[in-house]
Amino acid sequence: MKTLGPIELALRLLRRELTVSLRRRTELANPLFFFLIVCTLFPLGLGPSPQILAELAPGILWIVALLSVLMASDALFKGDFDDGTLEQILLSPVPLYTTVLMKTLAHWLLTGVPLTLLSPLLALMLQMPSEGLGALLLSLGCGSLVLSFIAAIGAALTVGLKRGGVLLSLLVLPLFVPVLIFGSAAVQRAVAGMDASSPLALLAALALFFLALAPFAIGGALRVSLDQ
Amino acid sequence: MSSLLEVRGLTFSRDHRVLAENLDFDVRAGSAIRLEGPNGAGKTTLLRIVAGLYSAYEGEIFYEGQRSLSALRRHSHFLGHAPALKGSLSAHENLDWLASLKGLAASAADIEAALEQVGLGGYEHIQCRQMSAGQQRRVALARLFLIPAKFWLLDEPFTALDKQSVAALEGWIGDFAKQGGAVLLTTHHDPAIPALQSIELGV
Repeated sequence: MKTLGPIELALRLLRRELTVSLRRRTELANPLFFFLIVCTLFPLGLGPSPQILAELAPGILWIVALLSVLMASDALFKGDFDDGTLEQILLSPVPLYTTVLMKTLAHWLLTGVPLTLLSPLLALMLQMPSEGLGALLLSLGCGSLVLSFIAAIGAALTVGLKRGGVLLSLLVLPLFVPVLIFGSAAVQRAVAGMDASSPLALLAALALFFLALAPFAIGGALRVSLDQ
Repeated sequence: MSSLLEVRGLTFSRDHRVLAENLDFDVRAGSAIRLEGPNGAGKTTLLRIVAGLYSAYEGEIFYEGQRSLSALRRHSHFLGHAPALKGSLSAHENLDWLASLKGLAASAADIEAALEQVGLGGYEHIQCRQMSAGQQRRVALARLFLIPAKFWLLDEPFTALDKQSVAALEGWIGDFAKQGGAVLLTTHHDPAIPALQSIELGV
């Protein structure tokens, strides 16, 4: 049998994660439906006044997107933990960094990216001025990647616990705060006609930082969780 | 023959019960060793320690004379309680992924041959969740034939297997040891494996 090069190996691992997730469509659609439905509830609860909605829209979109990512993160390692594949991942000669990076990227591709693509539609419904759309797409795109990495660290730490869901939210939500602040600030600035590049640059920097270092934390957390 | 694995002065406990004290043993190439003992004696824990999954122990473990786990990871198979298969993936996809995890690209023919070996020829594209527990276990065992290794760590490999499969697996373990492989396994029945050594835990 021939050995795989690092890029080919990474692509195979990513493809496998995507296949596994895509075959569980309901779990995949859950966070997206949540995002869609909760955002539609706001005009009903706040009244259809365009001024109020437009003012709140960036915050609403960001908070609901953040909760959707959190919702999808509990299952990130649970399935692999239950069926023993996580043991195989830890025992593999393939660097754990590569495996968890691909797992987290798959999570982002299937939650963060669809959320981002869906967001302009909901922005329209929430009467957000179209000047903010570019910043919304960019901030959610970068921001959801950061959220996926943070959520993956939390999921890895709690995967061995019977009811880790509550603990996961407690662990992860405070760490989501800076992303929320920069993300919604970027959109609000763009809507107000100001320059949104500094919060966007900070989000991009955070995304790169997590891309480089979070897999180490996730891998370490998984080793600790299985060491029992 | 040379020692593949050397365990020296191994002491470990679980839930404040000492399960083994100053345990010394060697696993040589060409031998099969069974871990024996009642439920809760620490058989699975010992396997997990050797595999490098459980670190709360004292003592030293050398694989091919080295403390590093990287050689062990490359050249061994660990088969745990759970078969490590994804129900939503086919037998082929599952085995392909297990090969990728060892850094290897398995061809369709390789996977077919491995499944043929465990009596599941023609099941390549059946999703694992549609298989019985015994068939899933056999798909899990197919990796032993797909990916070459020197050392098998098998935790209750006979679970859910029918009589013929149990006999076949006993034969595979015997053959593997004869060809210079090493096997460390736990089981509750008395397997008919020639020259099977045993380590008693919980005495």
